[in-house]
Amino acid sequence: MSGAVNREAVFPTRQSLGVMKAKLKGAQTGHDLLKRKKITRRIDEAKRKMGRVMQIAAFSLAEVTYAVGGDIGYQVQESAKSARFRIRTKQENVSGVFLPTFESFNTEGNNDFGLTGLGKGGQQVQRCRETYARAVETLVELASLQTAFVILDEVIKVVNRRELSEHVIIPRTENTIKYINSELDELDREEFFRLKKVQNKKQRDTAAQDAEMQAKRLAERKQESDKENAEGNPDILGEQEDADVIF
Amino acid sequence: MAAPASAYKDRQFLAVIGDEDSVTGLLLAGIGHVTAPPDSQKNFLVVDSKTETAAIEEAFERFTTERKDIGILLINQHIAERIRHRVDTYTAAFPALLEIPSKDHPYDPEKDSVLRRVRRLFGE
Repeated sequence: MSGAVNREAVFPTRQSLGVMKAKLKGAQTGHDLLKRKKITRRIDEAKRKMGRVMQIAAFSLAEVTYAVGGDIGYQVQESAKSARFRIRTKQENVSGVFLPTFESFNTEGNNDFGLTGLGKGGQQVQRCRETYARAVETLVELASLQTAFVILDEVIKVVNRRELSEHVIIPRTENTIKYINSELDELDREEFFRLKKVQNKKQRDTAAQDAEMQAKRLAERKQESDKENAEGNPDILGEQEDADVIF
Repeated sequence: MAAPASAYKDRQFLAVIGDEDSVTGLLLAGIGHVTAPPDSQKNFLVVDSKTETAAIEEAFERFTTERKDIGILLINQHIAERIRHRVDTYTAAFPALLEIPSKDHPYDPEKDSVLRRVRRLFGE
């Protein structure tokens, strides 16, 4: 068995063949997806970027608090009514896999915070809003990546590492399938041969039985006729002998 | 692998669970939304040291499961820590859950549920 070196230790049954086939399919899909490993690298980068952006945004909010001379939190929370900044979700086709992406957009003509910072610090408030808007855009971008990752993750779970799947799991599974197939064929042939043997033996047995039966029947008939001969035939035989008339 | 359109079509808002500063900033960016009067629901929750963990969990549940109009949920990392078990077991694609840093708590990639999953996946 040439594949014996590199295959999994399974019993060659139809069930395990099915399992192996499913595994191969999973490994191949996962393998294709893992080639898009860069998504995870981008997540990592985007998360770092988010850290910086949020820090800058927090700083600009501190500026606002200082300029306004008090906390604007309560006022902002109370005046928030309708979202100006919204997102749109669409699907993007990344080599055959549909990944959702978020896209941000601003709805026109609604401004919940027209009065915030009206007294003083208006400029800072304006700047802060812009900074935060940019920060949220970064967040939306990151959320897209992350959602893509979550969806991919469900598919990828089957395999751990790209190298593993490319050089180990896939050939190994293929070998195992080949092995199971050859074993199953072998079993089929053996089974066929066995069945033929059984059939032969059965035929032989039946023939022997038939012969025996016939012999028995013959013997019985012979016995019966012998008995008849012993009882009634002598007369007939005698008559026949007697009927030997000469004209 | 295409998710059904119904899973994301109407999700056009962001939601926040965060400390006062984070929420204020994000609201200034214009993400704040209150739904129509009968059961006017806010899409943000301000958490401070006095907020009960149960209240955070409830908000988390509401934003992730009940409401179908939220596409992205932002949560301060130090608040996510308080309900870490919930965040860790959350695996749905929509809404996307994003841990963000706050002013007093800089971002720590080690704690992020998603980044941890990324690492585990590549055995790093």
